[in-house]
Amino acid sequence: MTPFDSFKNPDLCRALLGKLEAALDKPMRFMEVCGTHTVAIFHSGLHSLLPSQLVHLTGPGCPVCVTHESEVAAFIELAGKDGVIVATFGDLMKVPGPGGANLKKAQAEGARVEVVYSPFDALALARDNPASKVVFLGVGFETTAPAVAATVKIAREQKLDNFLLLSFHKLVPPALRALLADPFMSIEAFLLPGHVSAIIGLAAYKFIEDYHVPAVIAGFEPVDILTSLLLMVEQRKKGEAKVVNGYPRVVPDAGNPKALATMYEVFKTSDALWRGIGAIPDSGLVLADAYAQCDAFKVLDITLKESKPLPGCRCGDVLKGILKPNECPLYKKVCTPANPVGPCMVSTEGSCAAYYKYQL
Amino acid sequence: MCLAIPMEIKSIDGPVANVEISGVTKQVRLDLMSEEASVGDYVIVHAGFAISRLDREQALETLEIFKELRLDAF
Ligand code: SF4
Repeated sequence: MTPFDSFKNPDLCRALLGKLEAALDKPMRFMEVCGTHTVAIFHSGLHSLLPSQLVHLTGPGCPVCVTHESEVAAFIELAGKDGVIVATFGDLMKVPGPGGANLKKAQAEGARVEVVYSPFDALALARDNPASKVVFLGVGFETTAPAVAATVKIAREQKLDNFLLLSFHKLVPPALRALLADPFMSIEAFLLPGHVSAIIGLAAYKFIEDYHVPAVIAGFEPVDILTSLLLMVEQRKKGEAKVVNGYPRVVPDAGNPKALATMYEVFKTSDALWRGIGAIPDSGLVLADAYAQCDAFKVLDITLKESKPLPGCRCGDVLKGILKPNECPLYKKVCTPANPVGPCMVSTEGSCAAYYKYQL
Repeated sequence: MCLAIPMEIKSIDGPVANVEISGVTKQVRLDLMSEEASVGDYVIVHAGFAISRLDREQALETLEIFKELRLDAF
């Protein structure tokens, strides 16, 4: 038992579902942009319990899924270098790159790839292997980037000069802006990611109001999700479109200033490539000049090369909310979690993997 | 990989806290915490770092709103 268990209460969920049903006078398409929301909505059964008028779209919220094929090609190039140990979150191991290559296969072919739970664990690898370069693969949004930034700072303090970073970190607000600017956009509301918001706060999303789309920060317990959906639907009913904090027990309106300061000390923004979406201006984080000596791109001379999208994979359309995973011609026939064609089927947080797991 | 879970702080030693959830204990870094965290607090842990402290007052306030919504069984 924790003091926060009421947020799982099934009776409260039922009451909220009733409220939601009553508040909906016409269909509403909402998008969540957080892998943990995707999993929570399916795992809790909410995906099938939600009123049919409320259409759930899973956007570009899974960092693994939005990692571009050129970026995967760079990981694999890196893993093939002599004297390099790649340290990575486990989710990246099976993400397919050009020609079906992935880190798992590279490892089987002799590359040294170590899975770590925290970027901090990669520092021990660097300490234990002074003759090698230990390169952490930096993927993830604003929730993850501060942890990686703090690790880079600690590496410098501890003079671990053989610890490097290959940063592909991405930022959520520029991606939302790109989705909203897309002429095919059919999103009527956003459920905003709770833990990204715990770092960046409310102000970072203010621009969404210009598009007249209600946006509500949501937590991850069923009651949190339903409350935020209700706040979203009620806004539309009143003709409002504001950014609202539906998760105040974890998200201070100002976010986490220390984490933000750490992130922007170590990183600077740059354009970034998103799988299926393409380049989005100022949506990525690369190491700031003061940290250039930790930058694996520079130290190991890695460059992003153009690579073709995976044939047949419709991840891009899935991530933009244009297509549901089960509408992809390869879904379940050729593409399965055991044999993923695209990244949306790889990570447990991917839209296609969630559909596969919970909709069979 | 985005998973971030609330864990209870059991002890603090400089920049490191011992945290616990359902009997599992772990060490996490406190470098990113803007507010001071103390033993007994719940923090959201992501990739080995505590990133936010759960605010009990705010949680109670949210639950109060449910009462106003006449979901008063709670
Ligand atoms: S089902 Fe597979 S091939 Fe189709 S969009 Fe999803 S990941 Fe890509």
